[in-house]
Amino acid sequence: MTRISGPSVRLARRAAAVTVVTVTALSATACGDSVGDTSGTGSGSASTLTEIDYYEAAPQNTQLPKLLDECGAQVGVKIEHQQVPRAQFMPKLLQQASSRAMPDLALIDNPDLPQLAATGGLLPLSDAGLTTEGLYPSIVEAGQFQDKTYGIAPGVNGLALYYNKDVFTEAGLTPPKTWDDLTKAARALTKGSRYGIAFSAVGTEEGSFQFEPFFWTAGASLKQLDSPQAVQALTLWKDLVDGKSASKSVVTWTQADVNDQFMAGNAAMMVNGPWQLPTLNENKDLHFGIVPIPIPSPEAKPVTPLGGEVWTVGHSDPAREKNAVAVLKCLLSQDKSLEWSTNAGYIPSNQAAAEQMAASNPQLAAFVEEVATARARTAELGTAYPKASEALFNAIQASLAGGTPPQEALSAAQDAAA
Amino acid sequence: MMADTIHSQAAPAGGVRVRPIGKPMGRSAGVRGGRGGTGWAAFGFIAPAWLYVAAFYVYPLAGNVRMSFQDYTVTSFFTGRAPFVGWRNYEAVWRDPAFAKTVVNTVAFTVGSLLFQFGIGLALAVFFQRRFPLGGVLRSLLLVPWLLPLVVSGTAWRWIMETDSGVLNQALMQAHLIDQPIPWLASTSVSLLSVTLVNVWVGIPFNMVILYGGLQGIPAHLYEAAALDGAGAWQRFRHITLPLLRPVTAVVLTLGLIYTLKVFDVIMVLTQGGPANSSQTLTTFAYDLSFQRLTFGHGAVVGNLLIVVAVVFAFVYLRATRDGEGRAAA
Repeated sequence: MTRISGPSVRLARRAAAVTVVTVTALSATACGDSVGDTSGTGSGSASTLTEIDYYEAAPQNTQLPKLLDECGAQVGVKIEHQQVPRAQFMPKLLQQASSRAMPDLALIDNPDLPQLAATGGLLPLSDAGLTTEGLYPSIVEAGQFQDKTYGIAPGVNGLALYYNKDVFTEAGLTPPKTWDDLTKAARALTKGSRYGIAFSAVGTEEGSFQFEPFFWTAGASLKQLDSPQAVQALTLWKDLVDGKSASKSVVTWTQADVNDQFMAGNAAMMVNGPWQLPTLNENKDLHFGIVPIPIPSPEAKPVTPLGGEVWTVGHSDPAREKNAVAVLKCLLSQDKSLEWSTNAGYIPSNQAAAEQMAASNPQLAAFVEEVATARARTAELGTAYPKASEALFNAIQASLAGGTPPQEALSAAQDAAA
Repeated sequence: MMADTIHSQAAPAGGVRVRPIGKPMGRSAGVRGGRGGTGWAAFGFIAPAWLYVAAFYVYPLAGNVRMSFQDYTVTSFFTGRAPFVGWRNYEAVWRDPAFAKTVVNTVAFTVGSLLFQFGIGLALAVFFQRRFPLGGVLRSLLLVPWLLPLVVSGTAWRWIMETDSGVLNQALMQAHLIDQPIPWLASTSVSLLSVTLVNVWVGIPFNMVILYGGLQGIPAHLYEAAALDGAGAWQRFRHITLPLLRPVTAVVLTLGLIYTLKVFDVIMVLTQGGPANSSQTLTTFAYDLSFQRLTFGHGAVVGNLLIVVAVVFAFVYLRATRDGEGRAAA
């Protein structure tokens, strides 16, 4: 230990230490707060556009840059592609917005759209001459804010139930249609290190997204998180975990983890989306089928949340905006949209194209069937959706991982969201 | 003569550099000369340091304090406008159902981490004081947790603590210590314990190294004399090691406390504060409020709270080290 003394040195060290300590603590929250007017001029010339998205995994992260290059070449601009992890996507976008370097093109998760559109930083696409004709009404609605279209999806997705055909054949079971079937099948197929079912109840938007098919199909509404129908849906999940038909780890699994568990044979069924298909299809030894999410009673109408990202154009100067819109037109064109959907495991937003695709690819039939009746997550609450979603996934976690009765957990959620 | 003057002025330079914190420069401060030119020269030396501190420490700090009184939303980033809302952010954080739990978690996490990091670190330091074959190698190996990037070790721990396939549960089941796998990271009742365990593992080397250094400073003849007087091993530890290690102990504990308060990566990698906020501490809570819920005003409030706590303990630390120096000098 070095020994320093003298009042002055001590003072210096005190000051230095206090500042160091203070700043380390501060770094957790400090963020830029110097902002100017909203109509930034952007940087660089109009022939180079910037793009941002959060696709981290193959095949999406390789397919998208390819498409961007193609469309950039068609329009005659260079597109700088940038990708950040999902959790840092919104903060990154906001930081760019505050330094007036908003990306020209951003592919954002559809429930985040109203919040971003409300800022005034996005270009209304309907005014710019882009049309949403022929697209699924729910995805059009998801891209709207106060009756203007700010985001258009190149492809959409939803959730369905994947099942392992070999395991089902061996047990002499047929894929479940109702919640009762689901519970019974899950119990019957749990054996050794294999669980009956896997789903994601992780503490992020993903957890809410996975729960919503059950929540909405039961007849619950996001406006009233503690309705009897909501309790019914959470009880279904809780019984699966408590009955050991699903791992306790579901509260830590993302949808990608769920897919890994299914591929490894640790789960006989899983709730997941079509974007896993390219990965699953690479595994030739895995024989799986896909059916719509089971419903509480045979007469219930299935309602699943609409998933997928929408393209938005950030405000810059007229020349850049014009180029960005031109690139978007290319990205959203019939053939590019179809190419993207096929390679990245999405359902085309165009209803006719989707039905055509389902006819030629039976794997997609269940998803296409559900997308037709899917609900935009922000349809009920708009900009207030993220708050309700957080309350909901906290309730799911409290119930599955903490033993809180579903009624109690959901009442707390309703209080937190209100 | 000239050289002499320069020399005599150079000597108190260390004093000049920091004097403005306490008292103004001047004759009373004991600076020889005190001519106008010296003051300006001194100021010239201080200015860069102060500019640096102002730009990189004071400005963001003030910004954070300001933000905690503003309704800083997503829209604020675009428009630059964030209305002042008084204490409303503080009120909202106080009323947040997760806040009380987070404070309790932070205290439990910090106290638990410190206690075991220090206890085990001290035991290892005393152990390695003896010379034995491969002692040096073993001691270096114990530094590994410190050298690994936390994201790497955190990810490894995530696998180790996995409920169904994790090696920890497998080992415990093989040894018949448990008959049901423990959901280390997937239960609201054990997740805080799990992140604390990992943080203890991360912190042991730091404690061991500093305490080992402190032990080297205790003269061997004291132990010899005590042994001659018939003191047993425990008495020697209790009456020689512990009291003479006190200044080092104070440093280790206060630094450990500040480090533990700001632990972020361990929790983020292992549980992200979940499930259901059960392993949320003030640091991860601040991140969650700002960057996940995008309520930056609320995040700033928690950030400020952390700063206040850290500053308080920073002063405790400086006090402790000053006392230590005083004793050593005397």
